[in-house]
Amino acid sequence: MDNIVVEALIRALAVGTPLLLACLGAIINERAGVVNLGVEGMMAVGALAAFAVASAGPDANLWMAVGAAMLAGAALAALHAVATVTLRANQFVSGLALALIGTGAAGLLGKKYEGLPLFNKVADWNWGGFVISPFTVAALLLAVALAFYLNATRPGLTLRSVGENPAAADVLGVHVGAVRVLAVLAGGALSGVAGAFLALSYRASWADNMTAGLGWIAVALVIFVGWRPLRAVLGSLFFGFLYYLQFRLQGNSPVPPEVFSAMPFVLVLVVLALAGLRGQQGNAPAALGRPYVRGER
Amino acid sequence: MRFVPLTAPSAARAGLVTLASVAVALLLCALIFVFYGVSPAEVYTTMLSGTLGDSTGLAEVGRRTIPLLLIGAGLAIAFRAQFFNIGGEGQLLLGAVFAAGTALFVPMPAPVLLPAVFVMGAVGGGLWALIAAGLRRWNVNEILSTLMLNYIAVALVTYLIAGPWKGKDVRGYIYTDSFPDAASLPVVAGTQVHWPTLLLGVGVALGLQWLLSRSTFGYALRVVGENPGAARYAGLSSARVMTVVALITGGAAGLAGAGEVAGIHHRLLEAGQISLGYGFTAVIVAWLARGNPALCLITAPVMGIILAGGDLLKIDLNMPFRVVDVFSGVILLCLIASEVFVRNRVVWSTRE
Repeated sequence: MDNIVVEALIRALAVGTPLLLACLGAIINERAGVVNLGVEGMMAVGALAAFAVASAGPDANLWMAVGAAMLAGAALAALHAVATVTLRANQFVSGLALALIGTGAAGLLGKKYEGLPLFNKVADWNWGGFVISPFTVAALLLAVALAFYLNATRPGLTLRSVGENPAAADVLGVHVGAVRVLAVLAGGALSGVAGAFLALSYRASWADNMTAGLGWIAVALVIFVGWRPLRAVLGSLFFGFLYYLQFRLQGNSPVPPEVFSAMPFVLVLVVLALAGLRGQQGNAPAALGRPYVRGER
Repeated sequence: MRFVPLTAPSAARAGLVTLASVAVALLLCALIFVFYGVSPAEVYTTMLSGTLGDSTGLAEVGRRTIPLLLIGAGLAIAFRAQFFNIGGEGQLLLGAVFAAGTALFVPMPAPVLLPAVFVMGAVGGGLWALIAAGLRRWNVNEILSTLMLNYIAVALVTYLIAGPWKGKDVRGYIYTDSFPDAASLPVVAGTQVHWPTLLLGVGVALGLQWLLSRSTFGYALRVVGENPGAARYAGLSSARVMTVVALITGGAAGLAGAGEVAGIHHRLLEAGQISLGYGFTAVIVAWLARGNPALCLITAPVMGIILAGGDLLKIDLNMPFRVVDVFSGVILLCLIASEVFVRNRVVWSTRE
């Protein structure tokens, strides 16, 4: 009995890790007032960059692989920053374009890595039978740090003010555009790390479409957890657990497998509808999705 | 650098900015191709000469233009109403499902079967979009909901063709039996251009343009899209407009799905074979047309060239079909990022 509980927790933590990392990244940029729907794309280029570096040779440095993933995610996010912050483009559509570019470019440039071996996998830590990835531990610590940063530090307050009331922040001397650009880059870097986890630890390989919709679920998760980092831990654990159930029940039940493959997406819809009904959208940063133009309103 | 709003941006300015942004997009894609290790010149000549300079290629462009025109024209009015329907893919698939169900299982006299297949296709697509419109009332962002519905539609199609609808005389593969002849569309000889759907697409594009610019509903739709506050003040129901818009755009995508299965495949088969990402590409068709359904008559073939060209790149240069996503994404990004130059003049001095 204990074993099943432990196994469920381990699996939920594992699938929950990329969700949590990407969700924390999205919380940062959304708290600054910028929506980025391109998480799936940033995750894909992160995964590819990490795999490309880590499969370069037997002594490939895994730290460098993670760094490459952060750079790749941030580079893609930079396009979003220019389009939405500088050129005031529609944030939702720009994010969508980013998702297409990211998954497309990763599939295109990753073709030569398909089927190649990964020399170094990020080793899991084994604490008396409780197997956990260093990525998971880092993600959990990051959630705590981000909660502290947003709620108890001055730069965190500045970030939030840019998302809640950019005009007021501007009057107080905050460079709204700069804060937003940095927040978008940080979000991209974290999505890249989520991809690196998939490529270096979870699947430890490269395949086209290995993000498999996780990025989209992370985007929905942000709304579900009300833009709060600590709740994001619980939210990603919850979705991780659902993935575990899907994996456990598949094959052992009379239910057709397609029901399980559709389940995460149905659940996202249900969860978003519940969040909407509970009025959770009210927690959204007030300026979310709106470009800031000095002197307007 | 700062932007100074123009009081009345001209259509010529919009056209010029659109062309410039597509040019920038093609340059950016060229960079990616260099990184991938092929010469951009080779990529672009392969795409152009294989599609426009070749009769088979031209027919392939035509075949892909049909669903893009239908979905794009519908999306054009959805975007005008600020209903960001990204679920054309799912709505097309549901159209295909309803159409196939009608063709395979509903006994009907031959002359009414084809019209019924199209009507049911529109119903299927419309209902799928309606879910997103309903969820929007509960504050669920329609970009996310329509996207999730795409994934669910794929699972539904797979379930049907592998399960209850699996063909009797089909072994190993997963698809349904063939449609009866009465449910198959005529094509231009020697091609897969099912011309009745093409005519339907032209009709839908022109009809929706009329609806948008000449009808009372079109007026309400534009007011709701451009100034929700004023719409509320004028007593226009945004929810009602969204419901109708969802039915129209989903219905148009459903027609496209019905056309694909009745015109080309003559059976229901895997989602990836029914659609080559038409739903996403149509977003660009609608955006390029700047929300004018009739302009999709020009922009749909343009994106048709990119889809047909992507197939050629796969065959001739052994590139993954993902290259199409890169094209679509980069063009879309450049288009929306350039929008500011349509409505504003750029002033380079820093003094305010």
